[in-house]
Amino acid sequence: MFSTVLDVVITGLIMGGIYALIAVGLSLQYGVGRVLNVSHGEFIMVGAFATWSLYTLFGLSPLLSLVICGPVLFVIGFLIHRTLFQYLRDKSESIGAFADSSLLAFFGLLFIIQNLALLIWKADIRGYTYLDSSVSILDAVFAVNRLVALLFAVVISLAFYLFLTRTRLGKAIRAAAEDPATAQVMGVNIHRVLAICFGLGALMAGFAGPLISMIYEIQPTMGLEYTIIAIIVVVLGGLGSITGSLIGGFILGLIGSTVTYFDAGLSLIAYYVIFILLLLIKPTGIFGK
Amino acid sequence: MDRAAVVFKKPFSLGLLLLILIVLITLPLYVPPYLVILLTTILMYIVLTVSWTIFSGPTRYISLASAAFFGVGVYTSALVGKVLPLPLVILAGSLFSFILAICVGLLTLRLRGMYFIIFTFSISELIRNFLLWWETTMTGTVGRWVVMVDHKVVYYVILVIFILALLTAYLIRRSRLGLALRSIGEQEEAATHIGINATMVKTITFAISAFFMGATGAIMATKWKYIDPRIAFDPLLSFLPVLMAIFGGTGQLYGPVFGAAIFAYLEEILTTRFPYYYMLLFGSILIIVILFLPHGIVGLVQKWWKGGLGRRNATS
Amino acid sequence: MQLLEGKKVTKHFGGLAALQNVDFSIHQGEVVGLIGPNGAGKTTLFNLISGSLPTTAGEIRYKGKKISGLKPHQICKQGVARTFQSAKLFAGMTVFENALAASLFGTKRTISVPDAEREAMDLLAFVELSSMGEMLARDLPIASRKRLEVARALATQPDLLMFDEVMAGLNPVEVAQSMELITKIRNKGITIFMIEHVMKAIMNVCDRIVVLHHGSKIAEGTPEEIATSRTVVEVYLGE
Repeated sequence: MFSTVLDVVITGLIMGGIYALIAVGLSLQYGVGRVLNVSHGEFIMVGAFATWSLYTLFGLSPLLSLVICGPVLFVIGFLIHRTLFQYLRDKSESIGAFADSSLLAFFGLLFIIQNLALLIWKADIRGYTYLDSSVSILDAVFAVNRLVALLFAVVISLAFYLFLTRTRLGKAIRAAAEDPATAQVMGVNIHRVLAICFGLGALMAGFAGPLISMIYEIQPTMGLEYTIIAIIVVVLGGLGSITGSLIGGFILGLIGSTVTYFDAGLSLIAYYVIFILLLLIKPTGIFGK
Repeated sequence: MDRAAVVFKKPFSLGLLLLILIVLITLPLYVPPYLVILLTTILMYIVLTVSWTIFSGPTRYISLASAAFFGVGVYTSALVGKVLPLPLVILAGSLFSFILAICVGLLTLRLRGMYFIIFTFSISELIRNFLLWWETTMTGTVGRWVVMVDHKVVYYVILVIFILALLTAYLIRRSRLGLALRSIGEQEEAATHIGINATMVKTITFAISAFFMGATGAIMATKWKYIDPRIAFDPLLSFLPVLMAIFGGTGQLYGPVFGAAIFAYLEEILTTRFPYYYMLLFGSILIIVILFLPHGIVGLVQKWWKGGLGRRNATS
Repeated sequence: MQLLEGKKVTKHFGGLAALQNVDFSIHQGEVVGLIGPNGAGKTTLFNLISGSLPTTAGEIRYKGKKISGLKPHQICKQGVARTFQSAKLFAGMTVFENALAASLFGTKRTISVPDAEREAMDLLAFVELSSMGEMLARDLPIASRKRLEVARALATQPDLLMFDEVMAGLNPVEVAQSMELITKIRNKGITIFMIEHVMKAIMNVCDRIVVLHHGSKIAEGTPEEIATSRTVVEVYLGE
């Protein structure tokens, strides 16, 4: 009995760690730029597949791929924002118009990235084995790769949190998010900050993708589901709250593993039900303002 | 409430419309079946887009629930198609979608902007995933078979729905309901302060829009023969009307019609000729339209038209 | 007759008390001013009266009936209208359509479109915007925007009209015109409650003034009383 509970809890934390990671990235993009990046999952997918390719072709450890994918996706994200969304932002008549048109642009991005992935990697489900030896903790058995993924997810999330709260750049970013007008007056290059934030979100996706590929099977169409989960976690934790996304991720992960224990097909449904209830009862989430 | 249209345009455009209508009605008589089927699909997209625009156009609430309403129509058709005559099947599909929209509307129309968009998308996905789970777990068989209907009948039914949807969109636009909707879209708080019951206006219009989507779903099911949750509630059916409406331009009534017609035709060609590239092309077109044609094709045409008139007026 | 009455009106935003136990009453035919430093809670009070926000505590009554808790469109139909600090016009619609919408929906009666159109035209004439009827609201200069908001509010046939800084951003000539308009409206029998920072206007037009500071009412009286009140001068006019 206890080992079952432990199994569910740790599985939940592993899932939660991944969720927290992807949510934190999305949260930063939304909190600062007020853009809902529905193509976030596609970045994750690209990270996952790039890792798969690097591993199957060159035997490169996913943990090393992580270090490559993250920064590469950061740059790509930064550039996409600096060109596409910068232009859109400047051209939009109002914040509402920009929110709508940027949302649609992200859908466009989603289609493009997914199609490119389908062209490169074909539609099949892929997977690989890495660090799949097992370890037993108090009667429950876990694959090493899952525990490593959890470790990395937690470490990266924490590092990101500290970056945002303790470093000068991090604080500047958060200040710009709170009050873009004042930040601009004080000499902060708001355009660059926004692009950096978007890039940081892509960075998180670039970290999450490899970790996911380590423990789950991957498919070019996997993106949307992760995007949705990220959105749910962000709303659950409270829009604009990084802490909320971190905690919300773990909460949702635990809920997910609990539901999966009873019936795997119900987990996504459970997420949607929670999400809908959340939107109806407390749309500002746990830590939201 | 329409901008001052040049007086002589009215009888001209009416005549044109009548001509198009006659062509559409008599089409199956002299055109090969595959074209009729193609046109049926195109009309389906046009109806979805026009229906979507009825609510989302003036209010600026981007709804991604179209798949939900369409899917409800599809499933109704599958469930009652064997026991009810076709007209009642369509009506049933429309009504269930209508009711679903009322429920969803009353629950969610307090949500704005981003929240509303994600919420409506979640509804569609929830229904899809739930039905998928139900069919896999509870009934053991995924998918259903639908009573087949002759392709000519499908075409004419869709044509009727198309005409009704277009007529409804036109009438709403010119009515006080249309003015209320636009006021809500412009400045919802001010709209409520001049006496508009925004919740009721939004919910009713949302439901009208869903009604036509449900009808479309009900008839398209008979064309597909086999349906399952993935086909009936395909998320693409939520995204495409938005895309097509933006592409065509939501300012005028015919914007969504043209946008959907062109886009749907493109889709048919692209999915058959370039099945591996069509998402890429869609996405690119979407981004191009967003960046350079914020008012859609119609907006572009209007600019040219106004530019021409301007020059003419300057010389007169 | 007492038209509008507020008892112990309170509004909290999270931990912040924007309004605390504010009592007020407005009698029919009066022109009452509402002044106070920025952040005093003036617009919040208007938002509570018009139904934009729910009260945390306290009661607001209009013509004896409780309106706190009703939705804005219901309160509007009872006869309370307001303008907004940042004129919330229907920017993409024409000036005429802005007024027309209010004529059509602003009252309890069902009115035909032609009649509503006529009323809208009359109102535009009343605020001297007739020539701009076909212009888009977003293309109007600021003084005209304010007047359009007034026309729109009047179209709902209110007994109480609340102005939220209707003179902000106007030059002295426009301020004088605005004061004339307010007098015209008053002469139509409409009661006026106005938030204003333009002191000249408040002092000249109002019968009574209510002063808010940090969410509480600190003074109330005639313009002379308020101008000479030490409390008010210290807190507000000294800024």
